[in-house]
Amino acid sequence: MSAFWSAWVTIITLAVIFGCTWLLLRTRKSETFKEETDKTVGHEFDGIAEYDNPLPKWWFQMFLGTVVFGLVYLALYPGLGNFKGLLGWTSTNQWEEEMAHADEVYKPVFAKYATLSVEDLQKPENEAGLKMGQRMFANNCSVCHGTAATGAHGFPNLTDNDWLYGGTPEAITQTILHGRQGAMPAWGAVLGEEGVRDVASYVQTLSGQEADADAAARGKTQFQALCTACHGVDGKGMHALGAPNLTDNIWLYGSSFENITHTIRSGRNGVMPAQKDLLSQDKVQLIAAYVYSLSNK
Amino acid sequence: MSTAIEHPTYNYKVVRQFAIMTVIWGIVGMAVGVLIAAQLVWPALNFDTPWLSFGRIRPLHTNAVIFAFGGSALFATSYYVVQRTCQTRLFSDGLAAFTFWGWQAVILLAAITLPMGLTSSKEYAELEWPIDILLAVVWISYAIVFLGTVKNRKTSHIYVGNWFYMAFIITVAVLHIVNSAVIPVSMWKSYSVYPGAVDAMVQWWYGHNAVGFFLTAGFLGMMYYFVPKQAERPIYSYRLSIVHFWALIATYMWAGGHHLHYTALPDWTQSVAMVMSLILLAPSWGGMINGMMTLSGAWHKLRTDPVLRFLVVSLSFYGMSTFEGPMMAIKTVNALSHYTDWTVGHVHAGALGWVAMISVGATYHMLPKLFGKTQMWSVGLINAHFWLATVGTVLYICAMWVNGILQGLMWRAVNEDGTLTYSFVEALEASHPGYFVRWLGGIFWLTGMLLMAYNTWQTVRKDSKAPVAEATAQVA
Repeated sequence: MSAFWSAWVTIITLAVIFGCTWLLLRTRKSETFKEETDKTVGHEFDGIAEYDNPLPKWWFQMFLGTVVFGLVYLALYPGLGNFKGLLGWTSTNQWEEEMAHADEVYKPVFAKYATLSVEDLQKPENEAGLKMGQRMFANNCSVCHGTAATGAHGFPNLTDNDWLYGGTPEAITQTILHGRQGAMPAWGAVLGEEGVRDVASYVQTLSGQEADADAAARGKTQFQALCTACHGVDGKGMHALGAPNLTDNIWLYGSSFENITHTIRSGRNGVMPAQKDLLSQDKVQLIAAYVYSLSNK
Repeated sequence: MSTAIEHPTYNYKVVRQFAIMTVIWGIVGMAVGVLIAAQLVWPALNFDTPWLSFGRIRPLHTNAVIFAFGGSALFATSYYVVQRTCQTRLFSDGLAAFTFWGWQAVILLAAITLPMGLTSSKEYAELEWPIDILLAVVWISYAIVFLGTVKNRKTSHIYVGNWFYMAFIITVAVLHIVNSAVIPVSMWKSYSVYPGAVDAMVQWWYGHNAVGFFLTAGFLGMMYYFVPKQAERPIYSYRLSIVHFWALIATYMWAGGHHLHYTALPDWTQSVAMVMSLILLAPSWGGMINGMMTLSGAWHKLRTDPVLRFLVVSLSFYGMSTFEGPMMAIKTVNALSHYTDWTVGHVHAGALGWVAMISVGATYHMLPKLFGKTQMWSVGLINAHFWLATVGTVLYICAMWVNGILQGLMWRAVNEDGTLTYSFVEALEASHPGYFVRWLGGIFWLTGMLLMAYNTWQTVRKDSKAPVAEATAQVA
């Protein structure tokens, strides 16, 4: 802040504190009575008179006490404009100290597992590491995937061994570190409403659902022209692209005809956010191990 | 209204109107509060409708209790007190009537727009710009009526109650106009003129002074009339009035930054806000002492007078919450209490215990006099109301203390590996019993307000059985 504003802040802050103190001391000094009295100051308003009692002593002392505390605090901590305070404290250095302390205390706890692979972490002797992964999952991932990792509409279930981007330790680690961006395009404009319904009917038959046979037959042609590039000729999906398997009756956005037509018509754009800037590599390793364990008991 | 109850000198019509609306808006505001409290216990009660969802009707609750209920009580009592202590009629009957209808219009517009989701998103200043403009016009009219009346006073001095009312009226005008400065982009959408952290600071400068001047200075004005009047005792210390008045209004102005501890607000602003909040303790307690000590020599009246009980208990809660406030403004305490239900409990210790109690007490004092009676239709019902309100307040704040400390401790608990011990939802689950008790406290309060409404109706209706005041007594 500029020298002007610094001076301005300092002056008005101290003016308020000293102004209050001056009024307090002056009023106390000018008291007519030092003990409680039944004399009033002489005015009366709608029958209400006012006693000329002195300021209560304990209250006077408490007031002065808070003023002294305030002035000491403003001498020690930043407050009066650009004056840094005698302790040199800032919220930034407090944060840095706490982070450094946390690093010192917690680094060794994680270092123990840093060299182990996701598979190694499944071994009974590393159960404590897996538990740490579970706790970090609860803190960081459960908002979307649920506390039991069973997912929700639009957020994959991580316990069913069905993977959009693959279930190998490497794939899971990659997903957590760098995130994923699902991209099911919107086909409404290309297919038209009739076409959307036809393709949806065909998709229903892929997982053995009942569907209008004629519509499904028409939809199959469209599917083979437009959808197989990602979902494969057999509709079993492709991990490289995050294209779901459409034959296993596991549905990220619901299995009803309405849900499927919506997906085809308007597309879907699921996002798994990258964690690499939020969680260190050794933490991600433990979370990946936990997620891996859910489908590989 | 029959002309038989018109006062020869004073304008009681506008006071009667605001007094009745105090009771009505009290019920509406608290009923909405009970509903949102219930939604936190049983979330299905939002009925899957956007306009009944918590996010939209929570501001409806706060606006209704603060501005509709509290505001009506302040208008009613300030118009009543300023006339009686200045011994003169209101400066302008026409302008006073405008403040009544204008204020009701603002409240109705709030009740329509907030559930529709039209909001500026600034807490306690959610109304969109067209309503803000109406509010500013009404408020400036209020200032003209009040200050004009004080100017026309027949007394040599200005009574201490009127100092507080004047500070409240003038400051709220400034706060409202500065904080509501926006650039409209459409009829019902606008953006604040202030950027980022500055906007946050302006908002909480407004927000905390809404507490300091609307909910404190205004109600201290009320206290300074109704406590000595009901106790029939002189004010304890005129000197104390002077010191605590000036110190209170000078330091409150600075305290808002304590709402933004450990945020992007610069360190110096946070320090100054904390220091001023602590210094605020003594000036706040000055008001409590002056009220409480006014009762010396009249304590026996508490046994028989439930109206006086409302006033005295309100002062106790005022003292308690103005001690709690400075403590919560200390950064280390705030690190635990911030964002928890403790804050909600603190606000309600003030809002229910202090603001609502003193408003109710003052209204019970005024109503018979405004309608030509010697007392309310039923003193027993006032007593029942008193106990419902007291128990309701205690249930509410205890539940929120327990929840707040529980949440604060659960959020900061870490395992030996540095991970959080509890997920957010676990702290939420642990808060569930507290939410139920809080709702119960709200039910107690609402029930009390319904008794008040019935008692009021029986006192003011045409064939009321409440004892009629003699004409001479009424003039005095």
